[in-house]
Amino acid sequence: MKFLLVEDNQELADAISSRMRLDGHVIEHAANLADAKAFVDVGEYDLILLDIMLPDGDGRDFLKAHRASNHDTPVIVLTARSQVSDRIGSLDLGADDYLTKPFDHAELEARCRAVLRRKTGKTKTIIELGGVVFDPLAGRLSVNTETVNLRNRELRLFELLVNSPGQVFSKQKLSDRLFSYDDDVSENAIEVYIGRLRKHLENSRLKIVTLRGLGYRLDHVL
Amino acid sequence: MRIIVTLVIWMLPQLVLAQAWEDRRVFENESAEQTLRIISSTDTALFAPIIEDFLSKNTGVSVEYLVNGTAKIDQIFRADPDKFDLLISSAMDLQLKTANDGLALRLSDVAHPSWAQWRQSLFAFTSEPAAIVVNKAAFADHQLPRSRQELIEVLRARPDVFRGRVGTYDVRQSGLGYLFATQDARASETFWRLMEVMGALDIRLYCCSGDMIDDLSDGTIAVAYNVLGSYASVRVENEDQIEVILPSDFPTTMMRTALVSNDAPHPKAATEFVQHLIRLQSDHPKGVFLLPSLKTQDSDVDRATIPLEPALMTFLDNLKRRRFIEEWENAVIQK
Amino acid sequence: MSSDLSTSVSLRNRLVLILIGGAAILALLLFFAIRNYATQVAQQGQDNIISASVTSILDAAAIRDGIVEVDFPYASFSMLSTAFDDQIFYAIYQDDIFLSGYERLAIARVAARETDFKTVDYLGSQVRVVTASRTLIGKDKRTQVRVALAQTQDALSGTLTQISRNAAVFGASFFALATLLSFWATSNTIGQLNRLTNSVTRRGPQDLSPFHKPVPSEMLPLVTSLNSLMSRLDHSLKQSEDFIAEAAHRVRTPLATVRSYAEATLQRVDKEENRQAMRSMVRAIDESSRAAGQLLDHAMITFRADHLELQDVDLSALVHDLVERLKPIAEMKDLTLRLHSDTQVPYKGDAILLQNAVRNLLDNALKYSPSEGVIDIQVTAKPNIEIRVYDSGKGFPKDELDTLATRFKRGLNAEGTIGSGLGLTIAMDVAVAHKGMLRLSNKAEGGACASLLL
Repeated sequence: MKFLLVEDNQELADAISSRMRLDGHVIEHAANLADAKAFVDVGEYDLILLDIMLPDGDGRDFLKAHRASNHDTPVIVLTARSQVSDRIGSLDLGADDYLTKPFDHAELEARCRAVLRRKTGKTKTIIELGGVVFDPLAGRLSVNTETVNLRNRELRLFELLVNSPGQVFSKQKLSDRLFSYDDDVSENAIEVYIGRLRKHLENSRLKIVTLRGLGYRLDHVL
Repeated sequence: MRIIVTLVIWMLPQLVLAQAWEDRRVFENESAEQTLRIISSTDTALFAPIIEDFLSKNTGVSVEYLVNGTAKIDQIFRADPDKFDLLISSAMDLQLKTANDGLALRLSDVAHPSWAQWRQSLFAFTSEPAAIVVNKAAFADHQLPRSRQELIEVLRARPDVFRGRVGTYDVRQSGLGYLFATQDARASETFWRLMEVMGALDIRLYCCSGDMIDDLSDGTIAVAYNVLGSYASVRVENEDQIEVILPSDFPTTMMRTALVSNDAPHPKAATEFVQHLIRLQSDHPKGVFLLPSLKTQDSDVDRATIPLEPALMTFLDNLKRRRFIEEWENAVIQK
Repeated sequence: MSSDLSTSVSLRNRLVLILIGGAAILALLLFFAIRNYATQVAQQGQDNIISASVTSILDAAAIRDGIVEVDFPYASFSMLSTAFDDQIFYAIYQDDIFLSGYERLAIARVAARETDFKTVDYLGSQVRVVTASRTLIGKDKRTQVRVALAQTQDALSGTLTQISRNAAVFGASFFALATLLSFWATSNTIGQLNRLTNSVTRRGPQDLSPFHKPVPSEMLPLVTSLNSLMSRLDHSLKQSEDFIAEAAHRVRTPLATVRSYAEATLQRVDKEENRQAMRSMVRAIDESSRAAGQLLDHAMITFRADHLELQDVDLSALVHDLVERLKPIAEMKDLTLRLHSDTQVPYKGDAILLQNAVRNLLDNALKYSPSEGVIDIQVTAKPNIEIRVYDSGKGFPKDELDTLATRFKRGLNAEGTIGSGLGLTIAMDVAVAHKGMLRLSNKAEGGACASLLL
């Protein structure tokens, strides 16, 4: 996926970018509206993350102009302003969703997924590996002819594993991805979701291997 | 005023005597508690039915009816207004002056048209024209006079027939006669010419209408001037003997009036009597109200009826009266 | 707000009082002036007639054969006839000798060509006496004839009564008309004020634009000050709004940055104690940003609730939108949001406030529901307009059901859950602003139920 992040705060932009890249997305950063316009004119993006308060203007004006020139790229507005006052205005102007700073990255991810699911065709993002067809947007996992809808945590767990087959993920890393910080979960909770995934993958050539003391790894069995 | 005062003093001894009255009758009610004293110039015969009718409706009242000439009753009443309840007279001028002098009681609850009453204290209840009344025998083959002018001509044409046989009121004694004479004189000079003609024919002068009508009916006189026609018709036994002529040039119509004394001993009953009179004149029941009712105020009658107004007192003024009588005597008594 | 202001005497009452009072005084003056004038005219009229009568009597006086004769005409008295049948009295004197008439009538001394007018009592009633004299010259002597003529004043007082009545009617009509006029003038004047008041009252709470409609020149200063006040108010409101927005931006942006870094760092740190520290940091950031957000929301809601902007809202659509928006967050916890709604639930209310209230209820439900739980949302139009949110969490602590909605109170069992505690307070305030209520209860089978009754 190719994202455009319009955000004037360099540190925040770096933080968001690095996290997005970690998930395997391509992300370009524009620090002001002029740059953003230049990026949009040249490149094609799957999603735009748009800050409202920018040094050279209001992000909503960019949104308005963007929609007026018949671009249907989905836009998620990032705002640091009051929830009540900004919400309606940006949705009315054509934003697909909004997010109030500071945000949980998992929430950003979830919202991006929801927006993309609504807006994008599935063909683009489908992953095929070891007899498994995986649509991360729809959360659908097909093994042979059998299709299951993954629940959100299963989906996120599988997405992480399937993007880097053969890589070892520690329990901590996985639970950081799966649970938010206000969920007080034990590290063992991750075992429940690993167990569920293994069950879904039974008839495929994908296996989740437990490496005691290290974590888990997705193996493509030939 | 002084004359009246002297007259009153002269008359006082006579008042005490019953024979001072021309007529006096008491109409008794068995259960009567009070006796209404009415002093009047109208013959008892004409008033008796009215009084009897009144008594039948007011059983608690008796009536003493006292009759005398208009001038006399005026004097008698003024002398003792507290001895009489009602004063009824045909002499409108004397009546008005009595009311004007404050001797009449104001009756607020008597409804009567304004032209027929004065100050709610003097109430008119008849309209009676002054007439020339003739004995038909004297005019056997002659045209009857229709006006004063014609009467003058008739008298002049046959002086020998009428000498000593014409009569009228002695205005010095009769209040009504004085009223008629002054009103006639006011209206036309013809009156003075007539008086002169009649004076030349040795006119007979009467104090009272009764005597004059009696003389007319028995032929002593052939012409009576300024007599109340209606009155004559009632008094004369054989009506065919006489002819009542209302002069066509200017009729003079008098209204008989009644007033209640300010010092009346029985003001309530007196007031009721006035109301009774007024009611009777308007209902005019046959055999009860023998006098002519008030004429409604239209055309001829209006002009002819002597208005009830303070001007009536003009000829009662001493100076005026002295002068008028002087002139009248000059015309009538040609010595 | 108006009840806080002390009022002096109402402008309308004061105006009406002044105008009516003035009219009453004018009417009284008018009445007395007319009556006084009429009295003079009527007395003048009577005097004129009596004088004419006296003159006609004097004219008739003559010396004949050395004797004074007064052969006055009938008209002398006739002209004194009145509709009220006034009595007349007169006396004629030659020098000082009584000649005729009413001897007891007091007669004034008058010089030739002089007329004396007097009002005296005679025979118990009040009479107007006019006395005049004339000098007659005979062959060998001069003599003076004096005539006094009196008339009662029944007709005069009758006329006066009539005129007084007319004057009273006239004065009363004048007063009635003036009163009507004063009411009209007052309500017209006050109407201008009322119109301005109405146009101020009718405005929406956010409308602070100046008044442009024409106003009477006297009210121009008021309206100008009002406009200037409103523009200042508008300016300062915009400023404070901008300030709040700017402040939020300034606070949240660095928080967001720190949070992002903390998250990123967490990915790379393996030591458990460091991880715990990072987690606590993120939690603290979340809590403070959430608190700031709710405080701002609550301030906004308090402001809006004071100036409730009622509009037609379909609660079903409103809740549906909210549920859609919260679905991604629910999914993160594998929670299921189930909306059971009547097709249309029309209501008159402030959409933004209602949205906020319901979002806070849903936030709570999301927060307190265990993983893979179910949240049921019901929107009903009958028997009550009601929005109910059921979660599958631990439920409200029983002994705190009544106090939970108080500001900054969090449930005892909320440990480990981020939240400032203002959520229920906001929902409650919105319900009260809409003359409704927030009802909290626990399901028998477990889980909390928050119900917004409107």
